[in-house]
Amino acid sequence: MSYLTRAPIILDELLATVSSPECGGTCVFLGTVRDGPDEHGVTAIEYSAYEEMVEGELGRIVTEVGERWSGARVAVRHRLGLIPVGEASIAIVAAAPHRAHAFEACRYVIEEVKRRVAVWKKELRADGSETWVDPSGRPTVRPSDLPTHV
Amino acid sequence: MERPALSGTIRVRFFARYAELVGRAEAAVAVSLPATVGDVVRRVREQLPGARAIPERPLAAVNLHHAKLDASVADGDEVALLPPIAGG
Repeated sequence: MSYLTRAPIILDELLATVSSPECGGTCVFLGTVRDGPDEHGVTAIEYSAYEEMVEGELGRIVTEVGERWSGARVAVRHRLGLIPVGEASIAIVAAAPHRAHAFEACRYVIEEVKRRVAVWKKELRADGSETWVDPSGRPTVRPSDLPTHV
Repeated sequence: MERPALSGTIRVRFFARYAELVGRAEAAVAVSLPATVGDVVRRVREQLPGARAIPERPLAAVNLHHAKLDASVADGDEVALLPPIAGG
């Protein structure tokens, strides 16, 4: 199944993917399009991606979860295209035998997405202006931290 | 007898703001081999209108994997120049 979608994310589908009688804890993270004081009237975000690379990178992140937390199961869906304020751009569902690992696995996936996954967003505002979001000045997205395979 | 220099063609892909800057999503770039990702970036910045606005040291990927600028490229490789990542 693809990790990407252009339709609204259906959380129940992801929950069903990870559901297991051996998992006693399930943690859900939803990233939603925000219009806070720093966004100055954002009405929607246009998400785009290097789709072939995203599929591979998310697959590697999901594999890493299984290696780091025994018995953990994770499902991820990233939405692309125009997403209105308040709707989810990403959903991560992590289930594990115990709650601590479910929380840790869920956190791991979103932090790795922020660091490694080739997705971009352009904020669209009510006044017609558009801005590419550039979080590269923030410490979590240093180019030197990116994993390289070549 | 002198051997002719080897050359290769790299498929370069542009995304998001970089695609807007160069006005296209991809280009074929010829390089002399051996070459690195950095060499490809230099060629792109020299040859394509608008590409000067792409940083000299952008994030990059080779064949769908993150790559450093000193990574080697081969004929037929796909090099992607990636604006700062902003997923999630």
